[in-house]
Amino acid sequence: MEGMLTFLVLLPLAGFLLNGLLGRRLGTGFVNGVGVGLPFLAFGIALWAWRTLEAGDGAPIVETVFTWAVIGEYSFEIAFYLDRLSAVMALIVTGVGALIHLYSVGYMKGDEGYARYFAYLNLFLFFMLLLVLGRSLLVLFVGWEGVGLASYLLIGFWFQDVAKARAGRKAFITNRVGDAGFLLGMFLVFTFAGTLEMDRINEVFAAGVVPVGVATAAGILLFIGATGKSAQIPLHVWLPDAMAGPTPVSALIHAATMVTAGVYLVARLSGVYLEAPAASALIAVIGVLTAFLAATIALVQTDIKKVLAYSTISQLGFMFLALGVGAYGVAVFHLFTHAFFKAALFLGAGSVIHALNGEQDIRLMGGLARRIPWTFGTFAIATAAIAGLPPLAGFFSKDEILWFALASGEGGSLSLWALGSLTALLTALYMFRLLWLVFLGRSRMEPDTERHVHESPVTMTGVLVVLAAFSVIGGWFGLSHYLEPLLPLPALRLDSALLHWAQIGFAVVLALLGLIGAAWLYRDGGKPADQLWQRFRRLHRVLDGKYFVDELYDRLLQRPWRWVSDRVFLRLGDRLLIDGSLHGLAALARWSAVAFTRVQSGSLHWYAWMTLFGLVAVLIWVWRYV
Amino acid sequence: MTDANLLLAVSGMLFALGLVGVVVRRNLLVMLMFLELMLNGVLLSLAVFTQLLGAEAGAVLMFLVFVVAAAEIAIAVPIVLLLVRAGHTLDPGSYAGLKG
Repeated sequence: MEGMLTFLVLLPLAGFLLNGLLGRRLGTGFVNGVGVGLPFLAFGIALWAWRTLEAGDGAPIVETVFTWAVIGEYSFEIAFYLDRLSAVMALIVTGVGALIHLYSVGYMKGDEGYARYFAYLNLFLFFMLLLVLGRSLLVLFVGWEGVGLASYLLIGFWFQDVAKARAGRKAFITNRVGDAGFLLGMFLVFTFAGTLEMDRINEVFAAGVVPVGVATAAGILLFIGATGKSAQIPLHVWLPDAMAGPTPVSALIHAATMVTAGVYLVARLSGVYLEAPAASALIAVIGVLTAFLAATIALVQTDIKKVLAYSTISQLGFMFLALGVGAYGVAVFHLFTHAFFKAALFLGAGSVIHALNGEQDIRLMGGLARRIPWTFGTFAIATAAIAGLPPLAGFFSKDEILWFALASGEGGSLSLWALGSLTALLTALYMFRLLWLVFLGRSRMEPDTERHVHESPVTMTGVLVVLAAFSVIGGWFGLSHYLEPLLPLPALRLDSALLHWAQIGFAVVLALLGLIGAAWLYRDGGKPADQLWQRFRRLHRVLDGKYFVDELYDRLLQRPWRWVSDRVFLRLGDRLLIDGSLHGLAALARWSAVAFTRVQSGSLHWYAWMTLFGLVAVLIWVWRYV
Repeated sequence: MTDANLLLAVSGMLFALGLVGVVVRRNLLVMLMFLELMLNGVLLSLAVFTQLLGAEAGAVLMFLVFVVAAAEIAIAVPIVLLLVRAGHTLDPGSYAGLKG
């Protein structure tokens, strides 16, 4: 149907406007109806759009809303584009999004900014849909910036807390760095492809008329944008701090949807990356390094949300690893499964935090399994899913990533696979560590907190159950094969079924090893692990300090920049040049005023003398020049 | 023509004399008299040019200026009188405080 996609995109915008303008006045009933109802409606429409797409056998649906600008032979249109990739993304965004909206009803109950919260969340959904459905890079970029804005607003949702407001700012500024790369990449692509519509960009690049160097540069520049949004090294520093926002926000924006925008961008422009092997190799290396380093940090974090944040960075690294070896569909597959189990984990963490009245330190938890059984059950399933235990969702997608990291003919290598596998082991280890420390063993809670422990309302646990269910079955769809007509899988350099089975078996063994290791190390409140860390104290300090990247940036960028701002911009530019020139003008006026007041002395003779001088001067002048 | 030149020179001298008087004298009434002298110098030149150019309008203008000068002095002298009544001196330097 004509206008379907436009309607889909505009629904959450309507929610934002209604809740933002009227929500406070009309009460929570209205806010819930609009804030939760519209996302579910949007999900329904996304489903319908997907059905329409499938009825047309996957032929892309294009909807032009209006022509924005026609400049010479180029025209820029606001158009929506639905193919299987964007349909999958739209379904994830609206589906998981709607569930998290529903969850928020319980989580944010009684918050002062309830209406504002839902308005922001709907705004996020609007921009995210713009991002995934835009046909042109231009529309995508608007969505890209928009979700950044929504993320900023929601991280700093409790802005009275300076640390939280600061975290929001950090996220925003770090993203700007990536956006600079994104913009430059866009300019470069436009210069050579003459269009910003992504399907046509892919066609142009696939035709092979663009030099490899240009494709590589464009690929790397766009990837810099992706590292910002998707928190890859070196721009990963904002995501852990982004946990300052409400937990459902962390689940929706900083785990399931927004941070995967970079993955979507690269997958969407796969035509460019297929022509740029060097850029792809870079992506694979950055991806696997991010995955590994973030996993090691997650191993020692003590804040429940920080562990999940680093886990998210690590999983995003896996996705980029897949993208880097040309397995675009596999990356989207992992994105899909990750959306479910990571949302389930974050919401589960939210439920734990809710039960413990705001406590986030896992050293002060333990033994919660029997007290909040629904949360525990769903959290355990999601943990098993992310760890890669069969037959849960994470197993299928992660296995495919590792397989292509090893066997892809487009950059697969043993070292990528080895580091990836090691990361998979670490993933299982830190996730089960979290499970053990939070839910199992003896309680280490403060007595005050312990008395108040309660299971969350059904709107929250219900959502957890749905997400856990999808964490189980999400991997059975074989999404990468569904996307294959659009994003073909790379040719294999090691085409051996036996090897593939061996790799699957090895991955399962790794996951089980992680489980056993965690169960052994973190029994009894983690005492064995503590003893182990005693021996590697220096390593522990490095991991605990997150490799001191923040400190490094502080030394390398922030302080010099502060110095330059202070000395050059503030003292020299602002105070000396701008203020100085203004003050100079004022002083000139004042001094001349002082001089001229002498003239008006009130003495009649003085005036007469001046008249005399004036007359003489005029006479001389007349005599000379006339 | 020499008559006219002579008369114009006299007019200029009258004006200069008046101006010097205004500048150097410190008595308000005397200064007013010198002002009249300057005005007369100007009027003399006006009369000369009226004659030279044969413009009757000039003669009319001259009488107009006389009337204005009479009115001006009629206002100026009472002002001086009031000033002297308040300040007991004819020196204009004592009234510098009257500046705007």
